[in-house]
Amino acid sequence: MQPICLYVNGEPRDVNVDPTSSLLSVLRDDLKLRGTKEGCGTGYCGACTVLVDGKAVNSCLYFAVDADRRALTTVEGLASRDGALHPVQSSFVEHSALQCGFCTPGMIVSAAAFLSENPDPTQEQTRAALAGNLCRCTGYQSIVAAVMAAARRLRDEGRAGEIPGRRAHIASRA
Amino acid sequence: MAERSERDLRTVSTATNPDGDARPLSKSMATHSILRSAPARPAGKPEGFSVVGAALPRVDAYAKVTGEERFADDIFLPQMLFGKMLRSVVPHARLKRVDCTRALALPGVVAVATGADLPVRYGILPSSPDETVMAIDRVRYVGDPIATVVADDELTAEEALSLIDVEYEPLPAVMSIEEALREDLPQIHDNARRTNNVQKEVHLVFGEVDAGFAEADRIFEDEFFFDGNTHAPIEQHAVVAHFGADGKLTFWCSTQTPHYLHRIAAQVLELPGSHVRVIAPPIGGGFGGKTEPFAHELAAGYLARKTGRPVKICLTREEVFYAHRGRHPVKFKVKTGVKSDGTITACHLQSWLDGGAYASYGVATTYYTGALTTVTYKIPAYKFDGCRVYTNKPPCGPKRGHGTTQPRYALECQLDKIADALGLDAVEYRKRIAVDPYTTTVNGLRITSCGLRECLDAAASATGYTVKKGKLPRGRGIGVAASSYLCGAGLPIYWNPMPQSGAIVKVDRGGGVTVFCGTSDVGQGSNHMLAAIVAETLGVDVMDVRVCAGDTDLTPVDLGSYSSRVTFMAGNAAREAAVNVRQRIVAAAAQKLGILPERCALAARRVYDIDHPDDQLTFIEAAQAAEAAFGTIVGVGSYAPPKLAADYKGSGVGPSPAYSYSACVAEVDIDLETGEVTVEKLTVAHDVGRAINPAAVEGQIEGSAYMGLGEALMEEWPFRAGEHKIPNLLDYKTPTSLETPPIHAIIIETDDKEGPFGAKESGQGPLNPVIPAIANAVADALNARVYSTPITAEKILKAMDAAAGGVLRLRKPAPVAVAPV
Repeated sequence: MQPICLYVNGEPRDVNVDPTSSLLSVLRDDLKLRGTKEGCGTGYCGACTVLVDGKAVNSCLYFAVDADRRALTTVEGLASRDGALHPVQSSFVEHSALQCGFCTPGMIVSAAAFLSENPDPTQEQTRAALAGNLCRCTGYQSIVAAVMAAARRLRDEGRAGEIPGRRAHIASRA
Repeated sequence: MAERSERDLRTVSTATNPDGDARPLSKSMATHSILRSAPARPAGKPEGFSVVGAALPRVDAYAKVTGEERFADDIFLPQMLFGKMLRSVVPHARLKRVDCTRALALPGVVAVATGADLPVRYGILPSSPDETVMAIDRVRYVGDPIATVVADDELTAEEALSLIDVEYEPLPAVMSIEEALREDLPQIHDNARRTNNVQKEVHLVFGEVDAGFAEADRIFEDEFFFDGNTHAPIEQHAVVAHFGADGKLTFWCSTQTPHYLHRIAAQVLELPGSHVRVIAPPIGGGFGGKTEPFAHELAAGYLARKTGRPVKICLTREEVFYAHRGRHPVKFKVKTGVKSDGTITACHLQSWLDGGAYASYGVATTYYTGALTTVTYKIPAYKFDGCRVYTNKPPCGPKRGHGTTQPRYALECQLDKIADALGLDAVEYRKRIAVDPYTTTVNGLRITSCGLRECLDAAASATGYTVKKGKLPRGRGIGVAASSYLCGAGLPIYWNPMPQSGAIVKVDRGGGVTVFCGTSDVGQGSNHMLAAIVAETLGVDVMDVRVCAGDTDLTPVDLGSYSSRVTFMAGNAAREAAVNVRQRIVAAAAQKLGILPERCALAARRVYDIDHPDDQLTFIEAAQAAEAAFGTIVGVGSYAPPKLAADYKGSGVGPSPAYSYSACVAEVDIDLETGEVTVEKLTVAHDVGRAINPAAVEGQIEGSAYMGLGEALMEEWPFRAGEHKIPNLLDYKTPTSLETPPIHAIIIETDDKEGPFGAKESGQGPLNPVIPAIANAVADALNARVYSTPITAEKILKAMDAAAGGVLRLRKPAPVAVAPV
């Protein structure tokens, strides 16, 4: 076992992990952050997407030890500390961009990360950015519409390019 | 792409709340284009509804976007053990020996179970119980469970699997329909009455079939093959089982059918039904793939009892491919006789289903490949021969459209050929032969509301079908297809005279309303549907209603989320329960207001005089008055479909209290060099009866179109040397956001007289026309047809080659000259 410190959703969390443990299993089993889902365990479906230093990764393929001393954002950390939903989250609600909701956490985290890199995307760019997140329910139509609307809202609120999540120490990177 | 119509996205408003209640009312967010036809409903016009017809965010949306929602795999209990299943690595063998001694000796391993521990045979259909939880003396496919280990952690359980010693005596594997029909291969299930691997044969004749063909001016005969495919919900199956000190067993299980798991778990684990409880938490997608009890669920129950500790088993993605119960590969022969104007005089449909290793729902699937043929177009004489075979592959079962998707593909492709041959417009032709509302088919199926013609008109006019068909440049094509589907199977899986769905509505003194119903929300939005129907009936906000669903101890039975039955059946049960509550609230409020009960209206959390809306009580005041007058305010409701089955063997499959109708127009662009198909747009019009929540109905239509796209172009079910070739989400191709085109969903409302608020279904029907519409668009683009799914680039090149007399393509490439070194 190896001691590591993960800055999860703005809070430092000390945890002893098996060096072979995936970040997904440490988040879900050790830190009890079960919003992040496993849909395949092999990096194909994107349900386990989280942000490591602002970049979207498949946490099922990411060694937890590699996340040592890095800033992580999971779906639980997208809303602000006062509970206000991230515009991507509220936009998913408003556009009914979810059905079973199992791909939704990963999809939302991916979309939020994408919009931080491309605040004014075209539909095609949005579709390309989300191609690593499989959804079997929606046909993607409402998801793309929700992400486009969230992009507009982020721009309108002057938050274009903002790295999603509660950041304790990486805010300067934005 | 025209982006989805911009909606007014404010979700809540306090301004319109007339009783000054500080709680916000949910508000409709969008103006949806809904086409209504044939208003037949006497009471309550849609404009009078406040919740029904409003495109509201789902009641569970907030939990799902924040990660709050707890799926089965998110449940962790103290002292919980983790289970893993050892599965067969050979497709067909006698099991000579299973020795778990070494596995049990591994530190951390707590218990092991094998087939001998659970010998009770079961099956989802009482007529075909051919499964045991784990193999006893025979394995029948790669992936067939042999043993289950539970350990303190998942890795230990997995390691223990490698310490189980299994001795196989291999048998020849039966891997195709053709092999299953042979008489020189071993039987997968011993059956002394047969010499091959046929599981079920169906032969039905309705009307004067020979006379019908004799009367025809033209007879068309075609063969089609629809490949198998799988549901691939993003949630892998998961179960937690807990055997309490009180001797009661509880499952939390990703199941579409908690009631059937309840029944079969009690049977297989030999426990009284009163000591088994099944809770279906929110399900991460099902599409038919979680519609029957699975081996890992029953094994978890057994091992929880054996160890006294909770047991969790989550399937890996590879195991989900083996658990399967997905779309049957089906081979068809279709013979249709028509008059020179296209009128159908007779139809003979033959189907051969590749069932995989166990029966599952297969007997029903076999019937379904024939039963609904007559529900879309008028067919006066009809013959159906169906045959399901066992093969050494993962067992097939129901997938969205259960057994009707494959024949609809074959029939709609042939119909386009007929239209072309007779020089008929494919849309006008379909409209002309479409079934009429309130008629009965030749095989005795009762049709009520039917918006098929409206669906065809809407899809055609939205796309300019008639202008484009046959006139696009080579490589580009447009295709149409239509279909129908059940709104719930008219008969339950096991024969019984009880209702198919029950509901309880309870009102709290704080104004909260709870609806209890055995439904399982697999993502289709059944929880929202129940909340909306109850909220509409009681005049409260949809967010005032809590839904307690899918718990066999707490909720009345609902048979499950299959056959598109939930809105129609559970919706009607919830409506009846809410009406019972409403009557008491109205009686008490009328007395307080000093008016006749008939003058009471309920809306926006108040009860008021319809003639003097200012004379009003808040809902809370009215509910408290009702409780004071009548005692605890609880209403019950149930729904049993009308008796619809005709009197022939097999008539139980096909009847439904209503049928939904759909039409799809697909537009494709094919690269003539590579054969690659790009679907540019899918337009699907769907007769849903009434949209309880138009946003949810659009979602079902869009999801159906997407799923049909995958089945049409890429999803396949290939085996090599007895093994599934691609049991993972990378090689098993499903459309991503890139391959999925813009989808235009058009809602048609026909206001079904028996549906709750006129609603029918939208979960499955809209998928059925999509696959043949794409196939017909490809045929339009190429002037050549591919006769099987998926329509791959390779098949397109071959079809082009065949159409050109075999001279264009697939010639051996000329040897490349390589310069000597």
